[in-house]
Amino acid sequence: MTLLQIAFFFLSALALASAILVITRRNAVHSVIWLIVTLFSVGGIFLLLHAEFLFAVQVILYVGGIMVLFLFVVMLVNLDVAVKQAQFSRQWQLALATAIILMAELAYGIYRGHQGFTLAQTSAVPPTIGNTQAVALALYQDYMLPVEIASVLLLVAMVGAVVMAKRKLE
Amino acid sequence: MVPVSHVLALSVILFGLGAAGFIVRRNIITIFMCIELMLNAVNLAFIAFSRYLGDPDGQIFVFFVIVVAAAEAAMGLAIIIAVQRNRQTLSIDDLDSMKL
Repeated sequence: MTLLQIAFFFLSALALASAILVITRRNAVHSVIWLIVTLFSVGGIFLLLHAEFLFAVQVILYVGGIMVLFLFVVMLVNLDVAVKQAQFSRQWQLALATAIILMAELAYGIYRGHQGFTLAQTSAVPPTIGNTQAVALALYQDYMLPVEIASVLLLVAMVGAVVMAKRKLE
Repeated sequence: MVPVSHVLALSVILFGLGAAGFIVRRNIITIFMCIELMLNAVNLAFIAFSRYLGDPDGQIFVFFVIVVAAAEAAMGLAIIIAVQRNRQTLSIDDLDSMKL
């Protein structure tokens, strides 16, 4: 077993364990913290898959931005009542069945197709441009219009969030 | 070298956990976190295939997924604050009407 595989299995185990903790913790603050651990582990797997740029985006934007927003909201709203209430809805059998059917279906697909999933061994010579450069070239040449649309989407979301969270609508 | 099927299996399990949590939890903030978990599982699958094909297009898609997730988180959390202010509860069992 190579070092790469050891790192992969360690990060996978960490991601799965903390994902289970996310959906079972009673206190929402604990759930957020465990979700941060999950996102870090998944980011580490991004790094193993040679997606360095997205690893940075994951850490800066997801962990540093979205999760901090979550923490703010969790601490703004009154959770003392919610902690005392029942945590799981009555449909946990349905949830279990849904999750198992979904995973079995996808696992069957992977099992049937995994012979074809060997990694392309094209990188015998190291690529001439780095990952960030490759992503940037694709992003600003082939996907120029989607980038502009995404920026408008973020603007709309920002205005919408301010309007929704305002104390009084006039 | 990690086979792509291993990464896909991890992605499937993470997605299943997110889906199960989405159905089973009652606190709306935790449900929202389960959505983020599912989005991340899908991102992982995209990057695995991007690596497998040796093509950065999958990573571009993940970038856009993250952008949409950021927009969704901002809007969703604003809605949660508004709901909490008007209804004084975050349990989805009590939030069954469209009126604020």
